Amino acid sequence: MIGVYLLGMFAIAIILFFSRNKWLVYSLMGLFLVLQSLFTIYACLHFGNTELTYFTFDALGIILLVTLSIIAIPAVLHSYIYIENHRENSEARAIYMTSMVLLITAIGAGYLSNHIAVTWIFTEITTLSASALIYHHRNKLALEGTWKYVFICAISITFIFIGILFLSLSLQHAGSDDLSFRNLLAKSDQLNPLWLRMAFLFIFTGFTAKLGLVPMFTAGIDAKDKAPAPAGALFATVLMNLGFVGIFRFYIVLANTPLLHWAQLVVGSAAFLSLFVSTVYMLKVKNIKRMFAYSGIEHMGIVMLGVAAGGIGYYAAVLHIILHAFVKSSLFFQYNQLYRVFQNKSIYHIGNYFKYNTTGAMVLLLGFISATAMPPSGLFVSEFLIFKSMFDANQIVLLIAVLLLLTMIIWAFGKNIFKVLFVPAVGFDDSAVEKISPWESLSQFILLATAVYLGLNPPAIFVQLLKESVSLLPM
Amino acid sequence: MIHVLLIVFIITLFYMAIANRLMTYIKVLALQGVLLFFVVFIQLNEINTLNLVLIMLETIVFKSLAVPIFLGYLLKRNNITREAEPFLPNFVSLVITTFIVVITILISNTIKDDHLDKIFFVVALSTLFFGLYLIATRRKIITHVMGYMVIENGVFVLSLAIGNEMPMLVNLGIMLDIFASVLILGIFLNKIGDVFKDVDVDQLSNLKDY
Repeated sequence: MIGVYLLGMFAIAIILFFSRNKWLVYSLMGLFLVLQSLFTIYACLHFGNTELTYFTFDALGIILLVTLSIIAIPAVLHSYIYIENHRENSEARAIYMTSMVLLITAIGAGYLSNHIAVTWIFTEITTLSASALIYHHRNKLALEGTWKYVFICAISITFIFIGILFLSLSLQHAGSDDLSFRNLLAKSDQLNPLWLRMAFLFIFTGFTAKLGLVPMFTAGIDAKDKAPAPAGALFATVLMNLGFVGIFRFYIVLANTPLLHWAQLVVGSAAFLSLFVSTVYMLKVKNIKRMFAYSGIEHMGIVMLGVAAGGIGYYAAVLHIILHAFVKSSLFFQYNQLYRVFQNKSIYHIGNYFKYNTTGAMVLLLGFISATAMPPSGLFVSEFLIFKSMFDANQIVLLIAVLLLLTMIIWAFGKNIFKVLFVPAVGFDDSAVEKISPWESLSQFILLATAVYLGLNPPAIFVQLLKESVSLLPM
Repeated sequence: MIHVLLIVFIITLFYMAIANRLMTYIKVLALQGVLLFFVVFIQLNEINTLNLVLIMLETIVFKSLAVPIFLGYLLKRNNITREAEPFLPNFVSLVITTFIVVITILISNTIKDDHLDKIFFVVALSTLFFGLYLIATRRKIITHVMGYMVIENGVFVLSLAIGNEMPMLVNLGIMLDIFASVLILGIFLNKIGDVFKDVDVDQLSNLKDY
């Protein structure tokens, strides 16, 4: 079935690329969403199966796939609004939609793959399709953003490959050459530690370009800034989750070897540095879209702190990336309406959003509350559990430092958001402000509500899947 | 014989460190592709036609024909000045390259492993680090692409050092990686040439937080 799915998506992408008719493009996108949803349902029904040797419908893959399929629907919807508002020509529309289909398909297949090299290949495909999306506007700044993204991702992808080579060297000591995660886990006690360390360093560094951690986070920020907001929403959420999957699946292998403590140190220090870097940038950033992107760096830092702390932290980390995906994507979808009102993304030139688009301003306010993990946000639960796991792991000093940084982030985030919501922008001429239909904010309310629901009152099946996805880790 | 080829490969790195013209860089890249082909050809124990075709495609056709021709075309089309314009003088570059090679030799001497071919490992690591060094110290964007190609060559040697029979899928993945990334890099470089007057990294600093 996954073969049919991949072929079907590929066929849709090819037809999209050559279709210049508006309604053909949109009906194909509808077909794409139907296929994506059907495949997700199929994957849920065939839980635990392995198809085409390289794809397994395991717990982590399933949860993230469902998240992806849910976010894909508003992403396509808002892409439609975006393209129609900009009156894009048919070629730009075709390329945009093709890249969107390829990106979502590659991310989904990357989640499900059970072989590190296959994850790597799909990560590469996401780089290619993402670069077409970033370059959508064909101007100087978009070109700069695309160039940086492609170059840094190309280097990271090479790093991951070097890591895979070291990993296969490490595996040769165990007399095997099958790089699937299951085999790695089975042979984890015979892996050569030296090469395993090298492999982890390179693979971790490589995937940070997608996950958005120090050291490779920079490219992602420019990408989210320059890409159209619906695409930026995908980069800031589900694409980051792909980086998480790549690191997390390999981390599970490492956690079952004596190198666990060392790996915690590596992941923990990268996570803390990311938090620190995002705090520094959040304090001075004036571009609201980039501020959302830096907030993503902060959240990924928190997630990886949870992974490094262990215990309940693993569970909370997976919960956190899912809730973060819902919250951050809704903020990015809302950004587009904000931009249509003010035609500017600098905080100096936008303000008093409540006056121009009340429903949209509500989304921004609720999104702010959710993203800073204040109750009743679902992120509050996962963040609380992560802090608890750090407490359990006796990382008190680190925890205090993290809380201080978070306080600064919340202050900076709040200062900017409240400026946007309530303080009128100086010299803003509101005579020609575009009226935004309140219905456009509906998808964001649904996403935010989903995050609250999943955080505060998670359904039993969701908890079950979360528990299962971290069950291979030593508690 | 393999060792001679690998040593020649290291020498090309030194030559690249002191070369002045961009055309020289491109020619060295082409030469490296040919060297890699012969290294693999000699190392192959049994000649499997499909494998041979794949490796031919990767080294000769791609590394030493397609990419150099494409880069040369870019140079001409965008009127890029032929000097490499490094940040550091050539002498310092040479010293640093020597330093890189010596360090990798020292590193690989501390590693005791039967599965690893040491000379391959030294060449691979020094090529890798040299590629990163090249990216860091040259001003033009096109030299960044060349640095990336050098890194790719290093990775190629590294995969030989490990000597593991990679599954077909991974092999295809490498092909995809190189093809796609270099072509995309090239396409965007081309666009950058259209948009910006001279193709320097200094011009790529307009994306800001405020």
